[in-house]
Amino acid sequence: MSVPEGKATDLLTNYDPGLYYDELFGGRDYPAEHSALIRQRLAGLNFGDLLRRSQDAERELYNLGITFLVYSNKDAVDRILPFDIIPRVISAKEWAHLEAGITQRVTALNLFLHDIYHDQKILKDGVIPADLVLGNSCFRPQMVGLDVPFDTYIHIMGTDLVRDREGTFRVLEDNGRVPSGVSYVVENRHMMQRVFPDLMQDIGIRPVDNYGHKLLDAMMEIAPQDVADPQVVLLSPGSYNSAYFEHIFLAREMGVPLVEGRDLVVENDRVYMKTTNGLARVDSIYRRIDDAFLDPKAFNPDSMLGVPGILEAYRKGNVALANAIGTGVADDKAIYCYVPRMIKYYLDQEAIIPNVDTRICREADALQYTLDNLDKLVVKPVGEAGGYGITIGPRASKEELADCRAKLLADPSNYISQPVVDLSVCPTVTDDGIDPRHVDLRPFAITGKNTWVLPGGLTRVALKKGTLIVNSSQGGGSKDTWVLQDGVLQDGAQEGSAS
Amino acid sequence: MNLLARYAECIFWMARYMERAENLARILDVHETFARDTRGMTNWFSIVQLNADEKDFFSRHDRPTAEAVVHYYMFDTQHTNSLVSMLRMARENARVLRPWISTEMWTQINVFHNKLVEMNGKDVALPNLSKVCTWIKEECQTHTGITEGTFYRDQGWYFYQLGKYIERADQTTRLLDIKYHTLLPSPVAVGSTLDMSQWTTVLRSAAGYHAFRRVYPRGMSPTTVAGFMMFNEGFPRSVVMCVRQIDGLLTRLKSRYTLRNGSEAMEKVDELLGALLARPIEVVIQEGLHEYLDGVQAQLCGITNEIGRAFFGQDSVPMIQSQSQ
Repeated sequence: MSVPEGKATDLLTNYDPGLYYDELFGGRDYPAEHSALIRQRLAGLNFGDLLRRSQDAERELYNLGITFLVYSNKDAVDRILPFDIIPRVISAKEWAHLEAGITQRVTALNLFLHDIYHDQKILKDGVIPADLVLGNSCFRPQMVGLDVPFDTYIHIMGTDLVRDREGTFRVLEDNGRVPSGVSYVVENRHMMQRVFPDLMQDIGIRPVDNYGHKLLDAMMEIAPQDVADPQVVLLSPGSYNSAYFEHIFLAREMGVPLVEGRDLVVENDRVYMKTTNGLARVDSIYRRIDDAFLDPKAFNPDSMLGVPGILEAYRKGNVALANAIGTGVADDKAIYCYVPRMIKYYLDQEAIIPNVDTRICREADALQYTLDNLDKLVVKPVGEAGGYGITIGPRASKEELADCRAKLLADPSNYISQPVVDLSVCPTVTDDGIDPRHVDLRPFAITGKNTWVLPGGLTRVALKKGTLIVNSSQGGGSKDTWVLQDGVLQDGAQEGSAS
Repeated sequence: MNLLARYAECIFWMARYMERAENLARILDVHETFARDTRGMTNWFSIVQLNADEKDFFSRHDRPTAEAVVHYYMFDTQHTNSLVSMLRMARENARVLRPWISTEMWTQINVFHNKLVEMNGKDVALPNLSKVCTWIKEECQTHTGITEGTFYRDQGWYFYQLGKYIERADQTTRLLDIKYHTLLPSPVAVGSTLDMSQWTTVLRSAAGYHAFRRVYPRGMSPTTVAGFMMFNEGFPRSVVMCVRQIDGLLTRLKSRYTLRNGSEAMEKVDELLGALLARPIEVVIQEGLHEYLDGVQAQLCGITNEIGRAFFGQDSVPMIQSQSQ
């Protein structure tokens, strides 16, 4: 099976990204050189063949159980994250920029967390309002004065990036608690290798399958230093959690047990797991449970998912947790606005990847501006995840705008506002042929002693025409993300002329 | 490497549910053929008796018609002994075990389960029943084959085998019990053609007909059939064969992984094996086969409990609530 080279009347002839930046064709440099060969190969395909491959891929995902649970009424239904087989391509140069930007951001956020749980200099210097941090529900007083290995708090970071009409990548959101989605990055690549090997041939794509090794390395690095061969485990809320597949995936890739709270006990401030041969020591825990549920003794007393006493074991340095407790204060939507200033403050650098312009409605001017321009702005509650509670001004009805206005006035500090970002688009297989659909990007960074960024990340795509919300809970799908290697043949003209 | 107690329990039960499903598919299949010959409803009802499901069955059905029994054992999701429920339980255990078992094991159970759920009544109308049962049996055997070829040989493997053999021994006693119970009491029928064909069915349900013929080329009596299924040392579904396996598995598990617990379970297995080897089938029948089989079932149950206490964590709530013996 091989992809024929493009003809004049090909699949992409009528493709029109409109005014948006296009991830495959490029923006100002249209058409982008680095993806020429991929375009050429795609263009030469027959649409029926493309659809067939697409269906094969989705059936395989379902059969492999690469699914997440969706709860409707009383039933839990297995759903796959819809997969689009046209890849999103990032050039080596673009990636170098993103990698540096993400590393910078993780570094600053870790410095910030260390600071606020120690000297609180940034608050004293008035760079960030103290009440925004100290009054934040995710600020954990239990962490004050506690030292963590390498001063790393956010070991696993997912940074949501969008690209605007000019082609500038911007940070939309930081995820420093328990970011998910990395399993899809690796599985999507496997899927592409199975259904589209001919598209990938000789392109020079940076591999993503060493994520598990890198994660395990970091988990070993942060384990208590007196342990020779640390036992690492992944702590999951259980098989009914919607992200359970990812927990399985990561445990398998790391080769460590996937445990639930009920498998662990704390005795004498040490953590143990229950095995067929009694209790066995646990040294380093990649936990996929929120702070609030981690330890019923310290946080939510009703939590059935956590491990009583684990906080004390952690405080004594007898067990490592990734991510650290109390990172939620750094990825809060309100704190987000201050990250560029944070970078300046700690690193004396400008942010390599800028934020989306954001207004914090707790500030009077910002609130007024937001109210005056409600129909042009996106208003987000600071505490929500998954795209919930968002009002997109230009697309909202009068009633929705009025509702939003009322909520803003009632509790302004719960909201931020941003201009609508014209998310970039990527060619996507639809029922009507190949059409542009909006995408974002979530790269993943692992930090133990140092930071490593997985080349690429999760590209989420809004499959519904025109919509900007890419969340899987709201009809989004995903694509394989290709970071191209430097210096590999990516010029389509030569290969094209040979056929 | 350490094995989580909860995983050991899930492995044990996954194996049991798959073994149970295979046995049920065999029984349904054989009965379909059998029912055609005799046109009787008794034969379908005996499946209900075999599983001691009378009360539950009649709470939802008036009469044990072929359709009612087949539906009840294939697709009734409220019925824990239906194939679809067994597969659901096997899959739930496998889902928990996904970090531990091979991808192929999980995928096969997942696809098998999904296909079974998607199947509708038409597919299992009586003319198709045999075909569907054959398919289920083959899927179960595929599972066995994939497991043999891909399951990493550590502690988990032992718990898998333990679950399989305990379930298999239990199924054989049940099959024998109900057949003996329903077939033997009528002295008139003993030795008749009907009687023979019923005993043939028993053997076929356990895939033992040809092996039996090889051992006993001339004639077939309830005693020889019962003896074969209980005590034959070469028949893979005989109770003695299974218990010997359990004995060896427990011994090796304990020594190879230097596990502290499990002595009580081993004692119980020794006890059962001793009892099985103590008396020939003639004596057993004379003293009452039904009571004897009841005793064996209770002992298997006791072994399961001891294994649970020793390895799955005494104080832990069962992983999945309705995992049942």
